[in-house]
Amino acid sequence: MSPLLAAAPLPEVLPAEGAAGAAWLLVALPALGALVLFVGGRRTDRWGHLLGVATVVASFVVAVVLFAGSLALPAEERVRDLGLYEWIAVGSLNVEFGLRIDPLSLTFALLITGVGSLIHIYSVGYMSHDPDRRKFFAQLNLFVAAMLVLVLGNGFVTLYLGWEGVGLASYLLIGFYTGRRSAGSAAKKAFLMNRVGDVGLALAIFLLFVELGTTQYAEVFARAGEISPGALTAITLLLLLGACGKSGQFPLQAWLPDAMEGPTPVSALIHAATMVTAGVYLIARSNPLYDLAPVGQLVVTIIGAITLLIGAIVGCAYDDIKKVLAYSTVSQIGYMMLAVGLGPVGYAAAIAHLLTHGFFKAGLFLGAGSVMHGMADETDMRRFGGLWRHMPVTFWTFTAGFLALIGFPFFSGFYTKDLIIEASLTAGPVAGWILGGAALLAAGLTAFYMTRLMLMTFFGPERWRDLHPRRIDAADLEDPPEHYHPHESVASMTVPMILLAIGSVGAGAFLVGGERLGHYLEASLGVPVEPYDVPAVFYVGLVPYLATALMLVGAGTAYLLVGRREVPVERPQRVSLPVRAARADLFANAINEGLIARPGIWLSRALVYLDNRGVDGVVNGTAAMLGGTSGRLRRTQTGFVRSYALTILGGSVVLVAALLTVGGLGG
Amino acid sequence: MSALLLALLLVPLVGAAVCGALATREDLDRAGRIVGLAFAAVSLVLVVVVWSQFATGPGTPRFQFALSVDWIPAFGTRFALGLDGIALTMIALLAVLVPVVLAFAFTEKLPPGRTGAGFTALILATQGVLVGVFAATDVFLFYVLFEAMLIPMYFVIGRFGGPRRQYAAVKFFLYSFLGGLIMLASVIGLFVASDTRLGEGTFDWTALQGMAAQLPLSTQIWLFLGFFAAFAIKAPLVPFHTWLPDAGAEAPIAGGIILLGLLDKVGTFGFLRYTLPLFPAASQELAPLVLTLAVIGVLYGSLLAAAQTDLKRFVAYTSIAHFGFIALGIFAFSSQSMVGSSLYMVNHGISTAMLFLVVGLLIRRGGTSAMTEYGGVGRVAPLLAGMFLIAGLSTISLPGTNSFISEFLVLLGAFPREPVFSVIATVGIVFAALYMLWVIQRTMTGPLRGAAVVGDGPGAASAATFGGSGGDTGSDADESWMRRTTARFGDLTRGEVAVLTPLVALVLVLGFFPGPVLEVLDPTVSATLSEVGVADPVTPNGVPR
Repeated sequence: MSPLLAAAPLPEVLPAEGAAGAAWLLVALPALGALVLFVGGRRTDRWGHLLGVATVVASFVVAVVLFAGSLALPAEERVRDLGLYEWIAVGSLNVEFGLRIDPLSLTFALLITGVGSLIHIYSVGYMSHDPDRRKFFAQLNLFVAAMLVLVLGNGFVTLYLGWEGVGLASYLLIGFYTGRRSAGSAAKKAFLMNRVGDVGLALAIFLLFVELGTTQYAEVFARAGEISPGALTAITLLLLLGACGKSGQFPLQAWLPDAMEGPTPVSALIHAATMVTAGVYLIARSNPLYDLAPVGQLVVTIIGAITLLIGAIVGCAYDDIKKVLAYSTVSQIGYMMLAVGLGPVGYAAAIAHLLTHGFFKAGLFLGAGSVMHGMADETDMRRFGGLWRHMPVTFWTFTAGFLALIGFPFFSGFYTKDLIIEASLTAGPVAGWILGGAALLAAGLTAFYMTRLMLMTFFGPERWRDLHPRRIDAADLEDPPEHYHPHESVASMTVPMILLAIGSVGAGAFLVGGERLGHYLEASLGVPVEPYDVPAVFYVGLVPYLATALMLVGAGTAYLLVGRREVPVERPQRVSLPVRAARADLFANAINEGLIARPGIWLSRALVYLDNRGVDGVVNGTAAMLGGTSGRLRRTQTGFVRSYALTILGGSVVLVAALLTVGGLGG
Repeated sequence: MSALLLALLLVPLVGAAVCGALATREDLDRAGRIVGLAFAAVSLVLVVVVWSQFATGPGTPRFQFALSVDWIPAFGTRFALGLDGIALTMIALLAVLVPVVLAFAFTEKLPPGRTGAGFTALILATQGVLVGVFAATDVFLFYVLFEAMLIPMYFVIGRFGGPRRQYAAVKFFLYSFLGGLIMLASVIGLFVASDTRLGEGTFDWTALQGMAAQLPLSTQIWLFLGFFAAFAIKAPLVPFHTWLPDAGAEAPIAGGIILLGLLDKVGTFGFLRYTLPLFPAASQELAPLVLTLAVIGVLYGSLLAAAQTDLKRFVAYTSIAHFGFIALGIFAFSSQSMVGSSLYMVNHGISTAMLFLVVGLLIRRGGTSAMTEYGGVGRVAPLLAGMFLIAGLSTISLPGTNSFISEFLVLLGAFPREPVFSVIATVGIVFAALYMLWVIQRTMTGPLRGAAVVGDGPGAASAATFGGSGGDTGSDADESWMRRTTARFGDLTRGEVAVLTPLVALVLVLGFFPGPVLEVLDPTVSATLSEVGVADPVTPNGVPR
């Protein structure tokens, strides 16, 4: 690490005062909403969704007030701790339950409550036919509260509370349609793969405790230099394992596409805009540790690069609109991970991309939900086509998200993805080529799969005209619809889509322009370093042109392969090996199944056998032997004398043995 | 002050006697149950009073509320009682769970010819003896009560249990009794040793603890093993665990809760109170052995839990995994891990009680404990499924629930001194999620199946067609059929919710505000650590280098 890249010391942590003292309201409001809806049960069915929306919107207002207060302060006074109470105090361990109010946490709080509010509003319409809508809002409120604990907690243990809390909310919401067997499996898979990551996070916390005797951010970061280098590398790698689980990064990415079993607003909020970016937050938050651990940083960038390629490649092969978007999310978080591993040159870029991605990916998912809503819950793009005429608002807002995602010039993603590619070129002579090359290549692939999605869904012939809807909607069972009737969604759904589309268009230019975001985050992430100011493998000024060219190549290829040909309604089975591999998630599930799931089942079955025949067998065998002996004894004895005698005998033997032992050894 | 402790011991015993008398007449059965519940309530009030009087500041004596009278002067044994923080929390747990259990049993169907008052008497007797076990400060008194607690529990399983109750009860009794006999040898050994070293034979805990430093290691090891045998069977460590699934599966629900939630804690309590302070050198010497058994238990118990097909056996196996965590924390010798283990004993009692109760409520409806007979229960009984989820989340120590605090403290506290064992046990949290979510998936979610489908409505067909094809939420197609099924299977009644509510509250309150309990446990654990003679590994600045 060159001295130029070394981070300036972070500002001192001050106690929270004034409006920031009410920051607990941010968490308390949605938590209260969840509590009322869970405890109230069916009694709150009529107004539950309204309470759900109201609490999150109120929380957003609090976030805006806090953010304004933070802007008014000079940069070095923007990092505040709000201690609430002593949570776990034993011996030298003292875990405080408190909130960290600083630019990084407030940025996330705005994203979570802002996008969260829009998606809550959207869900009112989207879930209007579901008898369990109130339960849905309870769980969604629970998610928002947990996510806010995750980003606002002022130590690693409070982060862990939020971390597993969002895991629970995600589990419940993925499995929301409890009647579907696939939903149950997907939910369990998500939770389990997340827990694998959680082991890493837990062990990192233990190591911090060993090294520093504390797990609070303020002390850990101030004393990061005292940690031995070996332990520091271990801690950063373990935190990364946690991040991989939560953010669907290689090798723990396989749960995220399955998570699309949840209702689409859930996919938008949890599995695109917020929860899955928690891994990026964790590493950005731990920047004082990573800045001192070059090996840890390098591994983060490698994981990011691998994942962004995996996501982009697999995304090209799917026909399910939500799964394409899910793999796109995997890939885009790979970009953020890559950036956040680059250190001060990448932190702001990662957060900027995280924010713009939050807008455009949430918008894309809501758009996909709107399409599904109009198409009898169908997700197979082969059964779509020509929908732009039938759902104009959905189409145009979706297009804004599409252009932002592929990095079309001057849309949001264009700015933030460029920043990441530029930063990756400065990673070093070899790493710069590899990481930068991967990021550029994936930019082309992104354009390919997204253009394919656009063409299959909104353009071309209306393939659904001659088809019958397949999904049996509970409401429609009496009178199953004969045909698809695509239609535009209600205003409560389209308005959030329009607002997110505005973000998809303008957020990038706003955040990146004048380095607004980078400067604001200085107090949390250190002074940002410009890619132009450090050595790169080639002139970083070329990146926007290169990326745009690759984007056009990707989009053009998609047009030639998909747009100009007829799309078969049935999925072609005779395909080349690469396509087959991509359709099989690059064998991620097969590997998980073969290496972990099957051996695990065999092992537990073998253990059951062992436990019954082996361990318990020995026990019962001994008992039978004794029983046999006493049975033989019975023949020579009568009445109860036998049992007394046996007991006395046994007792005497034990006593004598004890006396001999103690006398012999202790005397 | 000490009168309060005596009252804590006597109230349940008197209650047991009264209920036992009422149980002889069938027409007084209901009265007997109510009287029993009243006695349990009095115990609860007494515990609250004792807790409020319990001092935690610096310089407090090792045992509070102490009381000691001559018992059998011939060999120096006294009827001596006293409370330390760990004993107090265990007695408090007892006082909370007994009324819950009795309230649950109020509406439980009993085997023919058995009376509820009789059952109540047995539970109260167990409670009384257990108070004595936790409060005894005389080793011989402890031994006597340790064996005595088998008797009411033997009858609880043998008279009120399931179809194989005789087998399970005898197995439970023999196993525990054998362990107790081995411990007796060590108890006598202690007496003999004290006679040699202190000039006068005694069973007084404090005197024996003072003698501990003089005992040579080899003697300590022999005596340690005697106590260890009893405790490792009681709080079953693999491979001494096989009686537990049978006893857990055959015991009536209420009895199973007392067995798993409280009786078995005597084993881990014994480690903390007897093996560690009385044989400090041996405890350190043999810690690797115990730690190995502990982490094997964590993984083995979890994997076996995942493979169970019977709900009650499933709960028993999860407990084996949890006892592994507790033993790990005790023998890792740090204030965090040992406070964690002590708290774990309380939390496991709460979460297992809740899990067992919910399983019991499920069995009330479905008539069987076979998992294969349930599916999609959440659709017909959402409240029950919600309670199962809360109990399950507490069992797998999700942050925000009570058990997280204890499991976190055990693993975090064990890590500095025993990193390998701590890491292996930490991996256990993945297995925990596996067994719990798998059971939830098989019974609570998914298509309606088995007992959840009551009658031969279209549900049987629709569950097969729609659910089987992985289709949609189709099986709620026929609304009226659904309503009928829901009504017949039945969600939780108000009374059942009321039984579970205190446990739900404890799960959440102790998850966010464990402070008051930690405060009570901390001084006792510090005292135990100094009796073992080890220093806390982590200072406020981390591990000293």
